[in-house]
Amino acid sequence: MKQLTIISGKGGTGKTTIAVSFASLAKQKVLADCDVDAPDMHLILKPRIIKSEEFRGSKRAVKNDDLCTDCGRCEAECRYGAIKDLRIDPIKCEGCGVCVQVCPTHAISLRENISGCAFISETRYGPMAHARLNIAEEASGKLVSVVRENAKQLAEKHKKSLIIIDGPPGIGCPVIASLTGVDLALIVTEPTLSGIHDLKRIYGVAKHFRIRSLVCINKHDLNEENTGKIEDYCRESGIEVVGKILFDQDVTRAMIAARPFVEFSQGNAASEIERVWRRIEKIFL
Amino acid sequence: MIISIASGKGGTGKTTVAVNLALTLSESEDIQLLDCDVEEPNAHLFLRPEIKESYPVTIPVPVIDEEKCDHCGKCSQFCEFNALAVLESGVMVFEELCHGCGGCGIVCPKNAITERNREIGQIEKGFAKNYADKNLAFALGRLNIGEAMASPLIRKVKEEIDRGKTAILDVPPGTSCPVIESIYGSDCCLLVTEPTPFGLYDLKLAVGLLKKLGIPFGIVINRSTGEKDGDRDVEEYCRKEKAPVLMKIPYDRQIAELYSKGVPFIEEMLGWKKEFLNLLARVREIVE
Repeated sequence: MKQLTIISGKGGTGKTTIAVSFASLAKQKVLADCDVDAPDMHLILKPRIIKSEEFRGSKRAVKNDDLCTDCGRCEAECRYGAIKDLRIDPIKCEGCGVCVQVCPTHAISLRENISGCAFISETRYGPMAHARLNIAEEASGKLVSVVRENAKQLAEKHKKSLIIIDGPPGIGCPVIASLTGVDLALIVTEPTLSGIHDLKRIYGVAKHFRIRSLVCINKHDLNEENTGKIEDYCRESGIEVVGKILFDQDVTRAMIAARPFVEFSQGNAASEIERVWRRIEKIFL
Repeated sequence: MIISIASGKGGTGKTTVAVNLALTLSESEDIQLLDCDVEEPNAHLFLRPEIKESYPVTIPVPVIDEEKCDHCGKCSQFCEFNALAVLESGVMVFEELCHGCGGCGIVCPKNAITERNREIGQIEKGFAKNYADKNLAFALGRLNIGEAMASPLIRKVKEEIDRGKTAILDVPPGTSCPVIESIYGSDCCLLVTEPTPFGLYDLKLAVGLLKKLGIPFGIVINRSTGEKDGDRDVEEYCRKEKAPVLMKIPYDRQIAELYSKGVPFIEEMLGWKKEFLNLLARVREIVE
């Protein structure tokens, strides 16, 4: 079984558009939406949820004021500034348990939070693992790991040879959780200074975890000079540029129609995404 | 006043709004722009600030004195983040999982745990000049490659807030820890969205977050294509939620091209300054 993660560093470069297009083009695959913070894949793939499971990712300290003697040790030991005037701020609390430990009257305990829900679903493109993080909840990296594990089990159960993972933006915890142990990362970038800056950082992360990367330049006609700079950078770093996709307003129309872009459009941009997929297939499968 | 610029979905135009707003306002008042998107900071690409000072940000991680340690396992039982494993041969510390709470040192009965500071990123501080040649105070956080935890670094960026100035915070995308860390304590949050189904869905998540945190907010629609066309769904949603649409930036090839070159668009499209001043006036109304 192989795993492909689509990432970008910078947000809004077209990860999901490309991931759902691959969902339509690839055979024998399981889909995983690891952008649990702001998941969008389901808006196109319209999954039918078969199983949902509560996710308890984080804990919060809770104080019983009847037992509290106002000694203030919890406040003094908390390194997150989460206790002020002997009140626990659940937003700042990291759930580390130091206050529980130092409280002489056992007035504080850690309570497990239901931080979200992990789903196993069926789509017309095959099985899908995804999740929803509850509002103002943390531990999205852990939830990503749950989605990845569910996707693996789905692939084994249905004998699928590939997992296509739609990753989150950034380079931190949920991105690392989406990348570790995958076979290939497709980095989607755009020819803007921000796009180039963020490409270099996400490529650094992929390299750090020894994951092979390919680059795809989206909206390349927006700034050909910057597109050239990205190509130069990739050449110097030994990264293959597998595609250059034209800016196309049909991307939004396909989104509104809730269809994968490659099914919606017959234009240049859509056929380039198809070409990118064929190339990945050849390299990888 | 602290104004944070957030979005839910990535790439909707947070940095564009933050930078153009900060530059416009800095002509008439003391403004500070802080880039809290420490995973992918971009505001400096537009402001080209002169960096006067930079320093590393660290978190404390445990160091085990194997001479004193009797492998009782209390530290690893205590650690909520699975950052410690006690084996017969010794204690393993998984530093990248450690949140630096200090709990392991507190529970150790042998006083075998001390701490050392581990670098997770840097802060850079300086000034950007606007074209009226006035200074705009600037600070950013930059997470080191391979580091997982953005929140402690964001906390440090926010310690740079100068309460004597209007602070504008460029926030990372999403709705979880780094976003909450960034926007918590803001007087007002601007949510930048785009009139697409992805943009709208992620806007709803962000609105839910702001309501839960009790932070006043307003909406900026970027890449607007007009009420009749794409904006309709977003506007309808905002009306229903009583979320005021404070500004619309049209879908415009020139703005996109200027963005691609790292040019704040108010520098070439001067008429927009008035719009950003209006935006601030609307923010003030919301805060009051």
